Amino acid sequence: MLNPDDSGSRERGISRRTFLRSAVGTTMVDAASGFLDDAKAAEGSGVPVAVAGPEPVPVTLKVNGVERTLRLEPRVTLAEALRGPLGLTGTKIGCNRGACSACTVWIDGVTVCSCMILAIDIGARSVTTIEGLAQGETLHPVQAAFIEHDALQCGYCTPGLVMSCAALLRNRPDPAAEEVRAAISGHYCRCGTYPHVVAATLTAAKARQA
Amino acid sequence: MNRFAWVNARTIEEASAAVSATVADAMTELAGNAAAGDTAVLKAGGVDVLDLLKEGLLAPARIVSLRGIPGLDAVVEEAGGGLRIGSMATLSRLADHPVVRRRYPALSEAVRASASPQIRNVATLGGNLLQRPRCWYFRAHEYHCLRKGGGHCFAIAGENQYHAIFDNRPCAIVHPSTAATALVALGATVELADAQGAVRQVLLEDFFGPPDRDLQRENDLKPREVLTAIRLPALPAGTHMAHLKQGEKDSFDWPLADVAVVLELSPDGSCRKAALVLGTAAPVPHRAKQAEGLLAGKHIGEDLAREAGRAALEGATPLAKNAYKLPLFETLVRRAILKAALG
Repeated sequence: MLNPDDSGSRERGISRRTFLRSAVGTTMVDAASGFLDDAKAAEGSGVPVAVAGPEPVPVTLKVNGVERTLRLEPRVTLAEALRGPLGLTGTKIGCNRGACSACTVWIDGVTVCSCMILAIDIGARSVTTIEGLAQGETLHPVQAAFIEHDALQCGYCTPGLVMSCAALLRNRPDPAAEEVRAAISGHYCRCGTYPHVVAATLTAAKARQA
Repeated sequence: MNRFAWVNARTIEEASAAVSATVADAMTELAGNAAAGDTAVLKAGGVDVLDLLKEGLLAPARIVSLRGIPGLDAVVEEAGGGLRIGSMATLSRLADHPVVRRRYPALSEAVRASASPQIRNVATLGGNLLQRPRCWYFRAHEYHCLRKGGGHCFAIAGENQYHAIFDNRPCAIVHPSTAATALVALGATVELADAQGAVRQVLLEDFFGPPDRDLQRENDLKPREVLTAIRLPALPAGTHMAHLKQGEKDSFDWPLADVAVVLELSPDGSCRKAALVLGTAAPVPHRAKQAEGLLAGKHIGEDLAREAGRAALEGATPLAKNAYKLPLFETLVRRAILKAALG
């Protein structure tokens, strides 16, 4: 398959050039990342697909409702893009390996470790960070309850924990303590605030229902 | 992490044409100091690939993403009563999928016991089955171990508390996938497609291979193949199953031991057929065939389950620091059999 002459594209009557043109167009429509100026064939392999990088390429991210186009190398993680060029340093990087969950953000409302996903892989999906949780000056009920319950000491793991607990309440407005513990099971808090985090989340659930 | 270029594949054929090596081959090549040159590898959810990139164990020229391929995450009930799970279906989706929960609860239990919620939201079943082993020597750049093409297994005489108790020579890894424990017990097959559109179906149990078949690869994935689906067979009436995991703690952790049991019970309550698989026990999900034979034709009860637990450990060759796993497995086998048979 390394030789373009025996690839399927010829059989389908598509030349490498027209294939590339359509591939680039599709990428733009996808709003995956706007590879236009960086699209090229995979040199050497002769494979007719759009290739971005390794140098910085335009990557459009929708974060907390705002779309921004950055120039990033494909190897940049979402956590790095958030904390660096986007200046959203509320998201913390702890282990940088998906083991501590400090970097938890939402993608389309679902919790992920932003250190274990590349910015270029986000595509059109919406990212929500700790900065996007409050409504203006009004804290999210989980944030308010964390303060009330003293659910943090050093605070490094807190943004991630808040994102997990707030995501839980979106799906389970009235969770059992066991469900809160399951939702935060990926988080490391070396200050040991776990019981306060569970209590705060249960309080926030009640506050939202009141 | 090295710099790499990025390819968004939009079809399986495109992905297959753009990839040049399996992750295993790319790692062996890099560890052997061969010029990595033009290597292109596939990425599903990306959790394991990113982990390997960050450790410097993988340094491809290009990463080909499967995420944009439409329909590759579809979960479809098949005409014959089976279930076809697209390889890009996430672990969280499978943990909560109503058909998986109702008909294949051992699989939903196994995936729910895997990783953390955040990782399950991204990790795919295909990527989970193809992830590289978690052995800490293998994962550390400093150790040029057998599995990376070196001349020595550091675990056999080293820190081997999380290593294999069966088939642990010459390499003592345990298979890293918890889902695989349940899938092998269920008789799952994998569907593999190449760039020409050819598709082969392989029983998952045969797809995985022990170190004596291949020291550098845990499975039979070919360099330009894409794992497109995992297929679960239709189950006869009277099938009961369970998956149990024991970790060091209840929250996010890899298992020390996990067990899947699938029992086919006759209307009179006797066991017609049993599949019993130990995970985290050997370089591949380990079929406990002696214990399976012991259950066949008998009525399941406390004593038989206990006897099967002992039989499942026959032939074990624990290392200096992992003999503690034997009673763990014995207990898990007993409990899993009783849970499957009696609820």
